[in-house]
Amino acid sequence: MTSATPVSVPADVTARPAPKRPAAPPARATRASSRRRELGACGVLMTPFFALLVTVFLIPVGTAVYLSFFSDDQPGLGFGPERTVFAGLRNYTAVVTDPTFLGGLGVVALYCLIYIPLMVVGALALALLLDSGVVRLRGTAQLALFLPHAVPGIIAALIWLYLYTPGISPVIDVLAKADITVDFLGVHTVLPSIVNIALWSNLGYNMVVFYAALQAVPREVIEAAVVDGAGPVRTALQVKTPLVRPSILMVSMFTLIFALQLFTEPMLLSQSSQMISSRFSPSMYIYDAAFTRNNYGLAAAASVVLLLCTIVLSYGVTRWTNRASAEEATR
Amino acid sequence: MSAPTTPRSASPLRPRLLGRSVVNLVVGVSVLYTLLPVLWLVLASSKDRDALFSSDILSLGDFSFVQNLKDLFAMDGGLYARWYGNSLLYAVLGAAIGALVSIACGYAFDKYRFAHKEKLFGLVLAAVMVPQTVLALPLYLMASGTGLVNTFWAVFVPVLFNPFGVYLGRIFSQGYVPDEVLEAARMDGAGELAAYFRVSLRMLGPGLVTVFLFQLTTIWNNFLLPMVMLSDQDLYPVSLGLYTWNSAASVSPEYYPAVIMGSLLAVVPLVLAFALLQRFWRSGLTAGAVK
Repeated sequence: MTSATPVSVPADVTARPAPKRPAAPPARATRASSRRRELGACGVLMTPFFALLVTVFLIPVGTAVYLSFFSDDQPGLGFGPERTVFAGLRNYTAVVTDPTFLGGLGVVALYCLIYIPLMVVGALALALLLDSGVVRLRGTAQLALFLPHAVPGIIAALIWLYLYTPGISPVIDVLAKADITVDFLGVHTVLPSIVNIALWSNLGYNMVVFYAALQAVPREVIEAAVVDGAGPVRTALQVKTPLVRPSILMVSMFTLIFALQLFTEPMLLSQSSQMISSRFSPSMYIYDAAFTRNNYGLAAAASVVLLLCTIVLSYGVTRWTNRASAEEATR
Repeated sequence: MSAPTTPRSASPLRPRLLGRSVVNLVVGVSVLYTLLPVLWLVLASSKDRDALFSSDILSLGDFSFVQNLKDLFAMDGGLYARWYGNSLLYAVLGAAIGALVSIACGYAFDKYRFAHKEKLFGLVLAAVMVPQTVLALPLYLMASGTGLVNTFWAVFVPVLFNPFGVYLGRIFSQGYVPDEVLEAARMDGAGELAAYFRVSLRMLGPGLVTVFLFQLTTIWNNFLLPMVMLSDQDLYPVSLGLYTWNSAASVSPEYYPAVIMGSLLAVVPLVLAFALLQRFWRSGLTAGAVK
């Protein structure tokens, strides 16, 4: 790194690259050629990523949209060769009138309503507590809270599945000794059980994000609040929390985006619970339509609907938080 | 969800000791919540099948950790070792290449001016929020069209794509590579790419490690894409392998100890990576959060 120590350069020289040799060609030519060189380098640095962007993102998204307008017809009682025909909006009508798809959307909506507030409030509360300076073994506590992030999602689901399974689970045994019987995979409990898995996996990660943001709050601001007579709770809620609003927005957005994709946990739990059908969430519906029923048009239409929901909701969250902070500013 | 601003009159004269114990209690309970399931996994991995179902998890009488380990690697002709190797290959190689690609692109977004720059960057950010399930079917059709389905490449190539890494790369480049350094390198006659590889990339080191670690986690977690792409069990990553074993376990319970021991071993690489590279990811989280 020492080799890269900046040498002091007069400001007017830094404005444009200096010529290579003392015998300089006219300035305009130099500028043009160095600009060309810059653009060339820029192209080289960006090409690998944009090649990936096109092949594994733009073309697939385009394909999904395209497929959603076509469907396979099997003329002659399914004996003839399959033909792909333009279907207009038929796939979309099929998706949005399919009760299992709408049920899946409802499940994910409920999941988001329970999970996101719990996650954001829980992670923020833990970060504020750790930032308050009265927690013993703060570093150890942080690492312990972060640990589940290193556990892959499918394995987190596996661990909790076993903790939900009677006969294996020590949790159920302990509860049984207190005469409490809980079926963690029952009709009303299966969704909270999934929320619990997601919460367990991501709470510590988001806590670290909030904690890092809280560390960046200038100490003078907090000292000023203390001088003004604000207690620790009030400092945390009315001084620190508004200052980490960008992090709250970011965590909410990412939590929302991943929550809408709900797939891994219910997929694994469905191996053991009758309460989780193969079309439990929109993502599972898409998977089922594409790879079990081989109805590509239907799967693509469901994908586009899910994508639109994601875009609308993310946009909504951004707008809502921006307006909230604007109101805050005008107060 | 947004900042709770309900005014609450907290008396500064409230006994400090009580507040302290409540705070430590809440944090302590949260730590137990995150630790105990992992502890259960460790304890369960040392139980044989009968002890697993006999529900006294804490008794150390029937300690069969080593036997379980042997059984795991003997199960289905040593398939687990194969999956583990695959996961390492997908994750380590994929994260290394992916991080280099993303950081280079983020750096270019920061240091160069070109037409429609912010629009392109917006496209990159938009890519972050597109659900995996939306891409899975088209990627599968593309892979089967090119004959790549059920090969290493069908899983490996899509995971290289990491738009959030580009976002982080741009922020790291702003923070770690001052424009003056680049000018100085140009003054010394270094070409643009030479300046990047010899000077800037070295300064971006911590950012590179952060993006690598994020991507390592994502690829190690990857489940949907392998499930869609692969039918050959020899190509499975650990996540998909354990999923299939777990579904087999409901019929043949001898898989349960293997799934539990396999899960424990699958946690090890990420825990190691996070423990060893702690100072890097902490800085990375800050960069992502403060912006």
